[in-house]
Amino acid sequence: MRLELRGITKRFGPLVANDGIDLTFEPGEIHALLGENGAGKSTLMNVLYGLYQPDAGQVVVDGAPRVFAGPGDAMSAGIGMVHQHFMLVPVFTVAENVVLGHEPTRRGGLIDLGEARRKVREISDRFGFHVDPDARVEDLPVGVQQRVEIIKALSRDAEVLILDEPTAVLTPQETDELIGIMRQLKDAGTSIVFITHKLREVRAVADRISVIRRGKVVGTADPSASEVELASLMVGRSVSLAVDKAPATPGDPTFQVRNLTVLDATAAPVVDDVSFDVHRGEILAIAGVQGNGQTELTETILGLRAPTAGTLTLDGTELGGRTVSEVLRAGVGFVPEDRSTDGLVSSFSIAENLVLDLYDTEPYARRGSMSPTTVAQNAERRVAEFDIRVTSTTDPVSTLSGGNQQKVVLAREMSRPLRLLVASQPTRGLDVGSIEFVHKRIVAERDNGTPVVIVSTELDEVLALADRIAVMYRGAVIGVVEGGGAADRDVLGLMMAGIPLEQARAQAAEHRTALATLDAEIEAEPAPADPVAATDPQDAATTHEEDQA
Amino acid sequence: MSTTHTPVAPAPAAPEHLSTPVQAPVRWRGPLTSVALGVFSLVAFGLATPGSYETTFTLATRGDLFQIAPVTVPSRVSAVLLSLVVLAAAAVQVQRARARRRVPVWTHVVVGAAVFLALLVWVMAGREAAMPFTLLLTNALVLAVPLVLGALAGLLCERSGIINIAIEGQLLAGAFLAVVVASTTGNPYAGLLAAPFAGALVGLGLGLFAIRYRVDQIIVGVVLNVLVIGLTNYLFSTVLTNNPQQLNSPPRLPNLPVPLLADIPVLGPVLFDHPLTVYLMYVGVAVLQIMVFRSRWGLRMRAAGEHPKAADTVGINVNRTRLRSTVLGSAVAGLGGAALVSAGLAFTKELTSGKGYIALAAMILGRWSPTGALAASLFFGLADALRRVLNNTGSPIPSELLAMLPYLATIFAVAGLVGRVRPPAAEGVPYPK
Repeated sequence: MRLELRGITKRFGPLVANDGIDLTFEPGEIHALLGENGAGKSTLMNVLYGLYQPDAGQVVVDGAPRVFAGPGDAMSAGIGMVHQHFMLVPVFTVAENVVLGHEPTRRGGLIDLGEARRKVREISDRFGFHVDPDARVEDLPVGVQQRVEIIKALSRDAEVLILDEPTAVLTPQETDELIGIMRQLKDAGTSIVFITHKLREVRAVADRISVIRRGKVVGTADPSASEVELASLMVGRSVSLAVDKAPATPGDPTFQVRNLTVLDATAAPVVDDVSFDVHRGEILAIAGVQGNGQTELTETILGLRAPTAGTLTLDGTELGGRTVSEVLRAGVGFVPEDRSTDGLVSSFSIAENLVLDLYDTEPYARRGSMSPTTVAQNAERRVAEFDIRVTSTTDPVSTLSGGNQQKVVLAREMSRPLRLLVASQPTRGLDVGSIEFVHKRIVAERDNGTPVVIVSTELDEVLALADRIAVMYRGAVIGVVEGGGAADRDVLGLMMAGIPLEQARAQAAEHRTALATLDAEIEAEPAPADPVAATDPQDAATTHEEDQA
Repeated sequence: MSTTHTPVAPAPAAPEHLSTPVQAPVRWRGPLTSVALGVFSLVAFGLATPGSYETTFTLATRGDLFQIAPVTVPSRVSAVLLSLVVLAAAAVQVQRARARRRVPVWTHVVVGAAVFLALLVWVMAGREAAMPFTLLLTNALVLAVPLVLGALAGLLCERSGIINIAIEGQLLAGAFLAVVVASTTGNPYAGLLAAPFAGALVGLGLGLFAIRYRVDQIIVGVVLNVLVIGLTNYLFSTVLTNNPQQLNSPPRLPNLPVPLLADIPVLGPVLFDHPLTVYLMYVGVAVLQIMVFRSRWGLRMRAAGEHPKAADTVGINVNRTRLRSTVLGSAVAGLGGAALVSAGLAFTKELTSGKGYIALAAMILGRWSPTGALAASLFFGLADALRRVLNNTGSPIPSELLAMLPYLATIFAVAGLVGRVRPPAAEGVPYPK
């Protein structure tokens, strides 16, 4: 099936999410849509899938223009979609989820579960998915849930399969398996639209790459294009992908976690006997697939959860069982994983958000009343220092872009003298420019001698920032490895799937994943010929500013 | 830990983690409640009763084929024995809880039944009057019918994602219309047929505001309840009071004993000698239990209540599904209103007196399943029936206090005594489209 998008335009109020997009998806081809968060990729796919109606333009299937009033129409036209946030009902079984919406029925409208199971098994066996049709979806790991989504699309005879950021929640090995599945599907004649912002994956799997920036297709590229070329196309200026950092000079281990165990409401351990040290002047990255206890660990450090057993000591004082404000006063800076719900009060002004943790202390408050002048002065200073792009510091923080919101959180947390910095997913959803900035600030904090704990599910970020890497799996630290050049993507990936360090090393030596092979190739390549890419980040920032103006 | 970082340096103490597993604290709340109930029953119902007292139960009802003689038991011994049964079941619970295993459901049933019987023994100990056991159970079932139908209404709405606080109003509207239609036509079945429409109309209002205008569903529900109370009060004190003969004297819904089954001693009169509403309730529970969990209709309805976006992406119209479920559920509540007045009761102001809210509690206690709703409603029905019996025979403590107990128990149960209850994930959350 040949699918064309002609001049698709979609507006949300004054925002033009898609601006006259023309794209063609050829049968049996893996077509990557590359773009930063907020570039308009997902909007475009939602238009294609009938979830949004375009303001202009049309969808053309095999030469005939079609109008999709809803996902049902798109599905009957042979378009299937695997959403970034899975569209699976957690309490239903695999079979129930797969047949939902086109259920095989027996007399009286009862679902023919035998037929549903058969359908799941047939597709599962054809592609070697190993999915149990009677398993409850909420009990399955995300990688398997994703396969359920793919089965769901294929069971509706999808000829075009849209995968929206499919690797965001996967371990590197699961990603590798997904790449294998994508190739298999392609060989079976399915076209795949692969939406991502990860350069490496695109190069590993795509036949064709279209780059989207600010709602427009800004270019197409070959998979042979270098990462720097792709990144520049995606961001619209030259970027430096590596983090500039000197080797760590670790000092005393001032933050120590010993045998920390946290149980959830069902008494299952979510943090399971975790022990580690963080030294002054080093970055310890906690890697792992989302949902393996990282959130609970950071929440316990901050005091949002009480440890069931074990200790957390900072500079010799116990943090466990203290209130959040006591922990903050002890010098802990905390960047939460979800800035919009936990990091900021979105309806408060930028200036107010910058003193959320200090509003009741000198000099921002005196005898129970706040001093707006000091708060405003503080805001002006921080905005300048952290290069936050604002119209006015009295605007609600919700008017800022994701990158600038994150800078507000960082500016607040780093404006106090810190004894420990804990940052969860510090660059989630940020554009490349903001990522550079956030990484630089974190490294600067380390160089000040602060122990830093970074929690990230992005292996690229972990590899770029960490001096040491602890991998969490099902609440336990499965191993700690040296960061920097010494870390191996495959070994970390296997550890993220629960395989202990030594075994992971052995297995990784036997089987290289597609992405790790790319890593090796990149290292073997000569230094990038593009002179702009090699210039120092200061210049890049200037270009960025011109771009804004 | 050394400051030189070797690549393999594991975190200190990490390898120990299998040897000293940290165990979850034992959940004592449930088992200890059972033990406390057992001890209380032993002391209050058993040991405190003078040894000479006897309790009589009558099992027969008029018109039974086989007349069963009343059973008389020694009060103290019986209550003590029953209390020991409670304590034995509690011991099983304690042992399971210590092993951190699931406490089996049957132990809760045994505890409940034995405490209830001990209570009956004690209440009638040393009295002339006998405890009409069969009558008690029969009344319990009849009183449970509006609650079951109300709870079914609630679960139909909530499984699709709409919170229905307006069950009270729907029952009341159903009862009102049933009375008026049955009185004017002189045919009780006409009233039964009309009542669901009144409920559905209230449900349509709920659906309209909750789905179309995305008003907070709890607020809409409460407002609808007040609205229906106001409207029926007004119509009662004007139209019905002016012409009670024509409009407010409905005929009784006749009993339809099931041939053969109705002749079984005790069980027959309790289960199979009732008006049509009771049989409709049986059918409703059975059909919904199957349809909600195993049919296409039920799957789609639950998908709308659990993950509406997922339902939308497979082509299910979420808001239409929700509106249909809400209207259907509300119609069932309307039928519940008819069941409330099936004995030929005249309409009075606020006739439902909170039964809609109790139905809501029954739905939660029954964990949003039809059979669960049935069990919970029977529990409340039994409490109500006991209160009525004691009102007639007299009891050692005020019957109103006894009647409060099930609701107290409900609060504890819903608060987590019988395990976590899990409502549909998207209930009360509008789905903008």
